[in-house]
Amino acid sequence: MTTRELTCVVCPAGCRMTVTLDDGGAILKIEGNTCSRGKDYATSEVTHPVRTLTSTVTVTAPDGKKMLPVRTDKPIPKEKLFDAMAIIRNTKAASPVRTGDVLIPDFIEPGTNLIACRDA
Amino acid sequence: MIYDVLIIGAGCTGVMTARLLSAKNVKTAVAEARCDVAMGATCANSAIVHAGYDAKPGTLKAKLNVRGNVLMKELCAQLGVEVKNVGSHVVGFGDEDLPKLQELYERGAANGVPGLEIIGRDALRKMEPHVSPEATHSLWAPSAAITCPYGITIAAADNAVTNGVDFFFNFPVVSCARQDGVFTVSDGTKTIRARYVVNCAGVHSAKLAAVLGEHDFPITITPRRGEYFILDKAVGNLANSTLFVCPSDRGKGILVSPTVDGNLIVGPNAYPIEDGDDRATTAEGLAEITAGARRIMPDVPMNMAITSFAGVRATPNIYDFYLKRSEQVPGLIHAVGVESPGFASSPATAEYLVGLLEEAGLTLTDKADYIPTRRPDGNHVQFNRLSEEEKAARCRENPAYGKIVCRCETVTEGDLLDMLDAPIPAVTIDMMKKRLRAGMGRCQGGFCSPRVAVLIAERTGMGLENVTKNGGGSWLVTKRIGEE
Amino acid sequence: MTDKKLIIIGGGPAGLAAAVAAVDRGMDPHDILVLERDSEPGGILNQCIHAGFGLHRFGEELTGPEYSGRYIAMVRERNIPILCNAMALNLTADRRVTFVSPETGYTTLQAEAVILAMGCRERTRGALGTPGTRPSGVYTAGCAQRYVNIEGFMPGHRVVILGSGDIGLIMARRMTLEGAKVLAVCEIMPYSGGLARNIAQCLDDFGIPLKLSHTVTQIHGRDRVEAVTIAAVDEANGRRPIPGTEETIECDTLLLSVGLIPENELTRGAGIDINRATSGADVNQFRETSAPGIYACGNVLHVHDLVDYVSEEAVIAGTAAADRILGKGGSIVKSLPVTAGDGIRYTVPERIDLTADPEDVRIFFRVRDVYKKVQFFIETDGGEVLVKRAKSAAAPGEMESLTLPAEKLKSLIAGDCAGIRVYLKETGGKAQ
Repeated sequence: MTTRELTCVVCPAGCRMTVTLDDGGAILKIEGNTCSRGKDYATSEVTHPVRTLTSTVTVTAPDGKKMLPVRTDKPIPKEKLFDAMAIIRNTKAASPVRTGDVLIPDFIEPGTNLIACRDA
Repeated sequence: MIYDVLIIGAGCTGVMTARLLSAKNVKTAVAEARCDVAMGATCANSAIVHAGYDAKPGTLKAKLNVRGNVLMKELCAQLGVEVKNVGSHVVGFGDEDLPKLQELYERGAANGVPGLEIIGRDALRKMEPHVSPEATHSLWAPSAAITCPYGITIAAADNAVTNGVDFFFNFPVVSCARQDGVFTVSDGTKTIRARYVVNCAGVHSAKLAAVLGEHDFPITITPRRGEYFILDKAVGNLANSTLFVCPSDRGKGILVSPTVDGNLIVGPNAYPIEDGDDRATTAEGLAEITAGARRIMPDVPMNMAITSFAGVRATPNIYDFYLKRSEQVPGLIHAVGVESPGFASSPATAEYLVGLLEEAGLTLTDKADYIPTRRPDGNHVQFNRLSEEEKAARCRENPAYGKIVCRCETVTEGDLLDMLDAPIPAVTIDMMKKRLRAGMGRCQGGFCSPRVAVLIAERTGMGLENVTKNGGGSWLVTKRIGEE
Repeated sequence: MTDKKLIIIGGGPAGLAAAVAAVDRGMDPHDILVLERDSEPGGILNQCIHAGFGLHRFGEELTGPEYSGRYIAMVRERNIPILCNAMALNLTADRRVTFVSPETGYTTLQAEAVILAMGCRERTRGALGTPGTRPSGVYTAGCAQRYVNIEGFMPGHRVVILGSGDIGLIMARRMTLEGAKVLAVCEIMPYSGGLARNIAQCLDDFGIPLKLSHTVTQIHGRDRVEAVTIAAVDEANGRRPIPGTEETIECDTLLLSVGLIPENELTRGAGIDINRATSGADVNQFRETSAPGIYACGNVLHVHDLVDYVSEEAVIAGTAAADRILGKGGSIVKSLPVTAGDGIRYTVPERIDLTADPEDVRIFFRVRDVYKKVQFFIETDGGEVLVKRAKSAAAPGEMESLTLPAEKLKSLIAGDCAGIRVYLKETGGKAQ
């Protein structure tokens, strides 16, 4: 039996949680969460941690190059953050772009998209 | 081409000398190791136009300080640089300080300093309500003033360029040869040729003398570092005039003074250092200044410090400035060991050096079309120094003056563009800062420095990755993200 | 340009939300002017590209540009005029606003109400007095954030961060993702000033060490930062560096995330009373300052941990300003100062102005230290407990609040209560 201490990153409350696992890695107990999303986070974190990635891509607009903020519309596997960054770094967008526009469909994971976070 | 005169070092002494020569029918060049004028002691000192009671009578220091005090105020008026005649007090604590104050009074009288007076506790406290209650006397010197030393040096340099002086920046002199009466001075790759050379290299001047061909040069320089704090403008009015502590064996002691921009300056200490370019502050030094400042002004709010810095003085192994024609190299003039009051003296030192050039054989006649202002069209006044009506008019003429870039010091895009277009174009963050105070306020450039950098990059076309804080290797950013 | 009924200084999250609230309260949008100093509205959110905004306000997690984008859209829908590149230069207590912009030039307008929404600035190296040289490469975290997220340039390769404020933590992750090596985050306090979730997802995720009770004691490098010396500090001795614990880290960049200061130069210029604890104006529950008709909200009033609370506060100020202009507000029958008692650093509001028919008042506050279990109290000067609430953990980095119900307030009108106090009692000892 092992325990893991986690800080929930779902909301700014940052609850400290303790997850108890059996020797096979199955979850026996989750304590310290104050909502059900915390429980989901803890489950995901000990089995398959994911993160929402935010970054920027270069967008060419009539008045020159600018940075366009982007994010994944779903969390992606934590271990793939740097793979995702390598793709984002080489991504260029062209104006006009609207908030929510999909820049790269099926980004890293099927069904996950890289989307624009503002108009440009 | 062969210049008539090459000045090495663009501190206040070198620049003031270049400016005087620019009014004459000679061709003058200035070689400066760094990227701007006023990069050494001129940009990091107490910013005081000393009255001239400190130097021993009969010395060059004494003579040039007293004359420099008068000339500096005239020059500031001519070039549109602010100077405030705030006066100074040397504050004594108890009767044991009285003999020293008396000595300074007598020196000042002999040096020709006007208006000196020793005043008592009540008169002092009336003039300076925040001075320590333990202060008992002061030597009041009404002719002492405050200005911005690098501000007037930059203005003088612009004025010199306007009248035909050439500045060579990033030109550290590493070798020199003299043949047929012409010096060829090199930075390792480029050369400048001139008939006369003036060594104004500040803390490096004694070492430069050897490069310029002097053997067994009699002067050595010990760099002495002094640390300072600048306090927020909100407390700039705690001192009405410059307050010195009655001097001890180690320099003039720690002072508290208003600055011409409305801040309070506190410092310096004085410690010998090895490297003349080492301008690091230390925790001990800053603590020492704090303690020293509290002695003269017990309620000085050090928590209102907005920045600290250190300057390096070029202290020679003799008492006086060493301003002389070389005995070994014809056509070479030295301005070595010009420490405090080097700035206050500089307009007079420049006159003296020009005199030495004439003695050495340089013929000087007045230039008919000399322009007495910073630029051919006058002295550009910064937006935040204008009256309300003038501000409104300026914005109507050019909307760029309506766009504030540095919000702490109210510096507009128009002001920045003016400086990019100045006789000496401002192409680094610190050049803009020294000329306009952009980034010198409460937020210390946190807000405006990226904006200033982008403007410089766009207008010069140099790319943001090539904009520096202060020349040399002081890069700001590495590369555009996504471009390897 | 003609005089406006309501001038809002600042077009960031506070100013935009206040403008929207004023219109929603019944004001004609053309009687309003929002002055924004940048070239577009949105304020600092435009460079805060990370997620974590809007959970309270919109029930979903947005990035900064998305959060500000929603408010910009609301302002546009309501046709509220925003003047960009406009910097307010002066404000008087009788609500004359002088500003400058390329479009309008140098202008002074009279307003019936003014809302201060100028935000805050970052504390700098100068304020810390960190000794050493003055090379390039020392940036406030927000300045570095602008270089990376707006200009698209990296401010360095090897980074040490002083201070564990949220922007510093966010930048540790951001620069790591962009290929920089963040070597350490030093925090002079024994606890972090940032949110726990940011320690987890910005530092722990990337193995970046957080060195609590450590500070930077010296900056090295002539042209560019070459190294910094860090040292442990002695909690018992004024957090002075402990000799012998120094460690020199080679790096080219030092980021500072050492606190935010409300930007109240205009406020001070107008002679408005400032609270020493918040560095913002003293306000009543309507966020009205000591100058009648001048309101303040957002980070210019006190530094918030979440933008959601900024928007909430801006609604209060925008609504109250509209009420004043529309002649809706009730007259004040009694004024109660609110003081910060044991364990409380400050409260906002600092006073409650009671009308005959008061509404609920939510009192925001920050605690002084890190606590495990606490009880919060609102008590009258006569010792009557008005509100009491237990909480499992409290830290200075997170804003707390208690709501004073309308009926309790109403009961204070007639009595001899002359002020109320917010305080806490520890019930579970201090946290680690």
